[in-house]
Amino acid sequence: MVPRRSPGASTPPLYHVIKTTWRRPPCPAAHVVPGNKMATGLASPASLESAPRIMRLVAECTLSRARAGELRLSHGPVATPVFMPVGTQATMKGITTEQLDALGCRICLGNTYHLGLRPGPELIQKAHGLHGFMNWPHNLLTDSGGFQMVSLVALSEVTEEGVRFRSPYDGEETLLSPERSVEIQNALGSDIIMQLDDVVSSTVTGPRVEEAMHRSVRWLDRCIAAHRRPDTQNLFAIIQGGLDASLRATCLEEMTKRDVPGFAIGGLSGGESKAQFWKMVALSTSRLPKDKPRYLMGVGYATDLVVCVALGCDMFDCVYPTRTARFGSALVPTGQLQLKKKLYEKDFGPIDPECSCPTCKTHTRAFLHALLHSDNTAALHHLTVHNVAYQLQLMSAIRASIVERRFPDFVRSFMSTMYGDQSLYPSWATEALASVGITLS
Amino acid sequence: MKLNLTKVVNGCRLGKIQNLGKTGDHTMDIPGCLLYTKTGSAPHLTHDTLNKIHGVPAMAQLTLSSLAEHHEVLAEYKKGVGNFIGMPEMLIYCSLHDPVSPCPAGYVTNKSASVWGGGGRVEMTVSKFMAIQQALQPDWFQCLSDGEASCEEGTSIKRARKSVDRSLLFLDNCLRLQEESEVLQKSTIIGVIEGGDVMEERLRSARETAKRPVGGFLLDGFQGNPATLETRLQLLSSVTAELPEDKPRLICGVSRPEEVLECIERGVDIFESFFPYLVTERGCALTFNFDYQPNPEETLLQQNGIQEEIQYEDQIKKINTTDCNQKMTSFEINLKEKKYREDFSPLVGECSCYCCKNYTRAYVHHLLVTNELLAGVLLMMHNFEHYFGFFYSIREALKSDRLAQLKELIRRQAS
Repeated sequence: MVPRRSPGASTPPLYHVIKTTWRRPPCPAAHVVPGNKMATGLASPASLESAPRIMRLVAECTLSRARAGELRLSHGPVATPVFMPVGTQATMKGITTEQLDALGCRICLGNTYHLGLRPGPELIQKAHGLHGFMNWPHNLLTDSGGFQMVSLVALSEVTEEGVRFRSPYDGEETLLSPERSVEIQNALGSDIIMQLDDVVSSTVTGPRVEEAMHRSVRWLDRCIAAHRRPDTQNLFAIIQGGLDASLRATCLEEMTKRDVPGFAIGGLSGGESKAQFWKMVALSTSRLPKDKPRYLMGVGYATDLVVCVALGCDMFDCVYPTRTARFGSALVPTGQLQLKKKLYEKDFGPIDPECSCPTCKTHTRAFLHALLHSDNTAALHHLTVHNVAYQLQLMSAIRASIVERRFPDFVRSFMSTMYGDQSLYPSWATEALASVGITLS
Repeated sequence: MKLNLTKVVNGCRLGKIQNLGKTGDHTMDIPGCLLYTKTGSAPHLTHDTLNKIHGVPAMAQLTLSSLAEHHEVLAEYKKGVGNFIGMPEMLIYCSLHDPVSPCPAGYVTNKSASVWGGGGRVEMTVSKFMAIQQALQPDWFQCLSDGEASCEEGTSIKRARKSVDRSLLFLDNCLRLQEESEVLQKSTIIGVIEGGDVMEERLRSARETAKRPVGGFLLDGFQGNPATLETRLQLLSSVTAELPEDKPRLICGVSRPEEVLECIERGVDIFESFFPYLVTERGCALTFNFDYQPNPEETLLQQNGIQEEIQYEDQIKKINTTDCNQKMTSFEINLKEKKYREDFSPLVGECSCYCCKNYTRAYVHHLLVTNELLAGVLLMMHNFEHYFGFFYSIREALKSDRLAQLKELIRRQAS
């Protein structure tokens, strides 16, 4: 058992060490097909011949790396780029699955760590999978539990075997290994499942980052080997490497040799600076195959979505829109409105006159303000509906502009609405967009 | 507005109130209930989830306690509270208090009464009260009244008398102000019957209030615990006997199924629906049976079912309050209990509500255990539908002269 590493501790990388404590020997990576040597630079190589194709490209921006496409999944097609709302514990936070469906959502998230503890995979399997349990007819993506290693770092310990968690509910210890994570996700029956990755916070530097990257590759292989339902559930790899370009590049090279239907870009959207963030995204999309979806994990602010679509990402998830709703904050094209403020007490317009969600069609800011100051939870649900609608409408608009060959203009208009004067545009966004050919002036 | 009685059977009134609302084309069935709201919204429910419920009453109850503090906003809005809350098609009744939150006593004077909202106490003289009603423009509203004679047990005759005098004074002043207000011409004042537990005062209140041009009557001061209601039932009969037949009788603070039936037998027409809300808040689902004419085999099965439920009575939860309205009843099941963890049946077998058609006991149990907001939404949808279904069955039973069977069925299920 390897002693727990605290972030930033300088210890030698582990990937040279042969461990004898694994439950099963590491798969000799028979599924790895020797591929072309990756060209450095911007051209993305085509994928391996035998890999499953779940994405169809419909249009590509000729200037930037933005793409519009369609995912073909077991529970129906999903238009990309797509934002996936997060329903961690088999529920979308106070709105019913019918409401979510009515907003046009066709894929949302559940979480393996949480559901693995409560109610547990055996029960969910008895309930006809997560779809049956929560009555969701469309697609589900489950995260592997990897992120909880960061978010619950005080309760977790990482070894080559897996992550050992101490449950906050009853103090019981559980080991989440790549095999166990996939086993739980197989029971949940989600349409896209994520590998268990060794996640370090993006603010961590030093050898731990490299260790985590290499371990993530090994864990990917273990996940692939353990996956019992590749015909109905798509296992995605997660590119790690922190903010180190060469580590990222290594991870990209290695993971793209594996036969997976899609790739996620992980380990970002933490506390890192936006300048470093976009560069890692751009590096990743430049080395990922064009014919497979790119899922940028944890990204959800509107500006980030627009920029990262330009950089070539297809899928996104974030708790922000649903979480901020529960704090009284409504997302609008110019930013957000904190509706609890007295400012909105007598504002008799809807949150957004252009929004077609049920909240905006029925209620005023003034009423929502009054309701937010009461103890009626309905206030939170109104805002959750609106914020999810906002995110989905934004992605629809992005997609339409790509299909109609006017994405760069869309971006310019978006930035202008959001920030007003050009001097207020965040410089990281301007640079990131410029790097893919979109100038904002 | 016109109340048409179809029949009166053993004191129970069955009928319809017609020509209701500003456009005069709404109808309400009696006996019936009002949709309970908090700050103008059904608890936990948005427009979409509320619309999925079958049998939602035509009239919603709003409370002055939640709305008085928004008086200025509503005055500036000008279009009335029905529009403000996004329910333009709903009939609106504005009561003084929220039946769920008792308000502290000792704040009624000869000139004013108070309500307690999120921002604290709002004191209202008659003119302020009517100004607020002008901003709200409800279809019906409870007149400003003094309800404190029933607050403590064994209140003095003097206090009872005062409650009647004050309420009549408030009523006369409100009626006068209503005449002077164009906006309030389409609103109906509901006179409030007070008088504590003093028969003489109760009768006086009834007779005097009935002389005024009110649209209906609110029987105040009968709420409390089930024991106090029982002692007041005779008072209730005597009071309603004094009231005109062609005007509706509302009661506040009474919502439990067995109490509802007792009051209907004593001439009450309209009830508040806060009981399903209380059930929701304690993580419970209404399961009581109101199908008074099942086949004999089903009856046997159901009886066995009821026995099982009663066996688990030792797990009745008491929430952190001495108010025994918060105690779980035998009309419901507590979905937090471990035994529901793997129960994949709907909350209630034959229920056709959105929750029962789409989710299971196991799922709602999971939501409760993980403290998820959706638990409240789904339980509220089920509990409201179940409760509105109960009222429907009361009317059907009255139509076919089977109320005795329904009453017996409910009585057997009451703890």
